[in-house]
Amino acid sequence: MSIQSTIVSQIEQIRGGAKKDLPALTDDLVLLDSGLDSLGIAVLVTRLEDVLGLDPFTESDITTPPVTLGEFIRVYENAAKPS
Amino acid sequence: MKMQPNRPESLRSWLTSHDASRRFLWGAQAGACLGDLRHGSSLGGRRQELAGRSVLVAAHDQLAASLALIELDGVARRMVICPPDIGAGQLPSVMAKSGVDAVVTDHEFGGDLLSVSATPAITQCVDQESEHLPTEWVLLSSGTSGAPKMILHNLASLTAPIDLSKNQSTDIIWGTFYDIRRYGGMQIFLRALLGTGSMILSSAGEPVADHLVRLSRHGVTHLTGTPSHWRRALMSPQAHAIAPRYVRLSGEIPDQAILNSLQAAYPDAAIGHAFASTEAGVAFEVNDDLAGFPAEFLGVRGDVEMKIENDTLHIRSNRIAKRYLDGEHGVLADGQGFVDTGDVVELREGRYYFLGRKNGVINVGGMKVYPEEVEAVINRHPAVRMSMVRSRKNFITGALVCADVVLKEGSEAPDLNNEVLEICRQNLPPHKVPATIRCVAALEVAAAGKLVRPRA
Repeated sequence: MSIQSTIVSQIEQIRGGAKKDLPALTDDLVLLDSGLDSLGIAVLVTRLEDVLGLDPFTESDITTPPVTLGEFIRVYENAAKPS
Repeated sequence: MKMQPNRPESLRSWLTSHDASRRFLWGAQAGACLGDLRHGSSLGGRRQELAGRSVLVAAHDQLAASLALIELDGVARRMVICPPDIGAGQLPSVMAKSGVDAVVTDHEFGGDLLSVSATPAITQCVDQESEHLPTEWVLLSSGTSGAPKMILHNLASLTAPIDLSKNQSTDIIWGTFYDIRRYGGMQIFLRALLGTGSMILSSAGEPVADHLVRLSRHGVTHLTGTPSHWRRALMSPQAHAIAPRYVRLSGEIPDQAILNSLQAAYPDAAIGHAFASTEAGVAFEVNDDLAGFPAEFLGVRGDVEMKIENDTLHIRSNRIAKRYLDGEHGVLADGQGFVDTGDVVELREGRYYFLGRKNGVINVGGMKVYPEEVEAVINRHPAVRMSMVRSRKNFITGALVCADVVLKEGSEAPDLNNEVLEICRQNLPPHKVPATIRCVAALEVAAAGKLVRPRA
């Protein structure tokens, strides 16, 4: 599974518990409009660390936090690249 | 008013003034008849050498230590009671702080203090009687870090919770998963000695199944331990070898799931849980098969007064310890004599429930989560035997709640994660729902019978 599809499926899982009208998960969707609040994003980051073995937010110094889903995915894709 | 039976002046005088010829303490290897103490000793006739001294009771063998405690109470000025797992590195400071000038031990101890051999057998010998001393009992309680807390009790404070009009049936066989050198085990030891029955001691390092077989062989009727002890026991096929009449939990918060499991495993047993700590002593017992305790327990009930301050249970009674022996652990009780137990409670429909330890709180984005309250919800899943909730660092909320779960023996739950999450979502606000759930084979239980929690 690609990083993108892993992230999308994890968001689906976390949103699934919240049960409300939810927007489609497109690249330009603002993360905080995805149906995840900041706690949900915190949970997402923790689960992605378990699934992908990556925690780009504590392991590097990201100066501008990702705003859209696309930017969020890019942070993980960059962290996965061999340095 | 109810007549109070006489209270014991010392353990040995109590035992020798009652018929103890058919009463026993059984260790893992050997047993001893309490009646033999009338004309015998486990200290080889050297008890008088220890009169008036501050004695470190440092036997590995629990039976040897038990007999030494009985013999030295009323004789020594102070007994410093080492649990079996105390680190050798901690002993010198414990001994210095408690002014130890003699050692009772069953192994090579070193040093040039007066040393007397503790044995798990009572041999006939003549020992002079000495003047009665009100012996100080020093219990060591594993602190959260570093040096153990040294907590000063005496026979009166330790036995104050024991109703001498109860449990006087000669067929009572006490057992405990605790070591008797810890407060929870000590309570059972003293109940056994002040009653008319016998007792089966635990043994450090003994597999649970072997312990249960021993309990069964001696016909245990009254058995006690922490919820973790009990969960571990119920995981053993030998749990069905015993049929106790009385099952008691203390030392950790009992949730409804473990009370129900015990009820199912031992349908004929009365099941009770007690709230106690080494510092505060036994505060109350709950015998209605429900977790938590009724709100009317607050205020003054008999010898015990309880109040809630800052959501935390405070206790004042004749069972609380006198003081810490050293100053580094602060003051044991406040100016009014109340001990802050550090246990946070919440009132729901006329009943108080324990949420967890004040110092174990996990801070999720500024909101408090007590691991124990989440565990109590997770443990409602029928396939879950026990769980531990821990903190995990998170760059957004500072920390998140994560759970490790042990399944019941033979249980299968292919969709466990989602099922447990669903129970949590239905019963807890979102910040208390675990971010991740991990199935593990076992959780570590410390020598004191409590779950080993990682320090946040």
